[in-house]
Amino acid sequence: MTEAKKPIAVPKKAVKKDDIVKVDLWSTFTKGIWKENSIFVMVLGMCPSLAVTSTLEAGLGMGILVFIILTISNLIISSIRKFVPSTVRIPSYVVIIATEVTALQMLVNAFASDLGETLGVYLALIVVNCIILGRAEAFASKNKVVPSILDGMGTSIGFALSLTIIGFVREFFGTGMIKLGYILPLPFQIELFGGFGLSKYSIGILTAPPGGFLIIGLLLAVFTAKANIKKAKEAEKEKAEKIKKALEIKAKLEAAKAAAAAKGVEA
Amino acid sequence: MDLLAILISSLLINNIILMQFLGLCSFFGVSTKMKSVVGMSLAVIVVILLSAAITWPIYRFVLDPLGITYINTIAFILVIAALVQLTELVVKKVSKSLYKALGVYLPLIATNCAVLGVALTNVASDIPYSEALVYALGSALGYSLVIIAFAAIRIKLNAANTPKALKGIPIALITASLMALAFMGLAGII
Repeated sequence: MTEAKKPIAVPKKAVKKDDIVKVDLWSTFTKGIWKENSIFVMVLGMCPSLAVTSTLEAGLGMGILVFIILTISNLIISSIRKFVPSTVRIPSYVVIIATEVTALQMLVNAFASDLGETLGVYLALIVVNCIILGRAEAFASKNKVVPSILDGMGTSIGFALSLTIIGFVREFFGTGMIKLGYILPLPFQIELFGGFGLSKYSIGILTAPPGGFLIIGLLLAVFTAKANIKKAKEAEKEKAEKIKKALEIKAKLEAAKAAAAAKGVEA
Repeated sequence: MDLLAILISSLLINNIILMQFLGLCSFFGVSTKMKSVVGMSLAVIVVILLSAAITWPIYRFVLDPLGITYINTIAFILVIAALVQLTELVVKKVSKSLYKALGVYLPLIATNCAVLGVALTNVASDIPYSEALVYALGSALGYSLVIIAFAAIRIKLNAANTPKALKGIPIALITASLMALAFMGLAGII
């Protein structure tokens, strides 16, 4: 009996495994964007997120640079993971990342010198950004090349997105407008919301260091509150479902009791 | 007088945590227990001073004459990593009790951006050796000052009745923001 059952079970399992792998590739890419967002959920990589987000453009520029570095470093580290001895893996990761950052620094200074000037020492400090070393250690050193690249892309898109959000809030409320094309090498220069005359209501402290801490703290609180409300709603739903089920069971029992009683009466 | 100005400026006015945002990971990660904070800040003082003392000559007498200053990031991070290992070995040999106090925090410092940040700022601003050392000392003391004060506040905060959404990191960030505001007020000293 058992031997006859086995061959039927195997192909079913194989099909299921394929599905799981496909879903996994997609979720390795998407999980870093919001669900495991490096800044708002994991609270990693705070140095750059505070230092370069006084304007939207600088934050976005930093995000793009981290996207390039993280994708390439995950690619390299995942492809050499089998012949790097585990005792020297961290120094070798650091050297790989430092080399990349040095190359990128030259490119930025050549093609986007305004961005290089704005980021200053924080451009070189991408080397010690916890997110990059963290993804290398937690994901790329254990997984195949393609998932590692996707993981790097997803994580850094999430990072760039959060830097852009923080930069937007700080620049918009701090100066009353959003400047585009002044730091990044864009073909145009515009001042979004510049014509609304909002700058006289701006809160200048938000572009200063204390404003950075304050805005990230408040944004984190908002996202935590949102998650808490979602959790509470889910808990309520579950409770309601449980009550519903209990009521159904009760109704069934009562119906059965009533039926039994009716049978008793009939008898 | 000039050196004193640099010391005060790096200690209070351009504080490495609150104004330059360097070393924030350890700032939020470690600052929940007083004992670990003191250990961490001692280790940071030692490593920042040593790394500043070594990276400046390397830049000036090796990288600069050879015309390869562009690899300073790689060179410095390797120097710092080696230095951290060496400090760990020396401390282990010299004092068992100090090793017990610092041991856990030393490896973490290799990726602390404060150390690399100070070394890079020193060579980028092109200051003489004495000023570089004083800047490193001021930054390291400023790091310790802020992280110890912050830990004291956070221990009180844990007992306070904060709103649910603000618990943990958000209220810590807002506290840091208020501290940064207070430190901004010190800008008039010099």
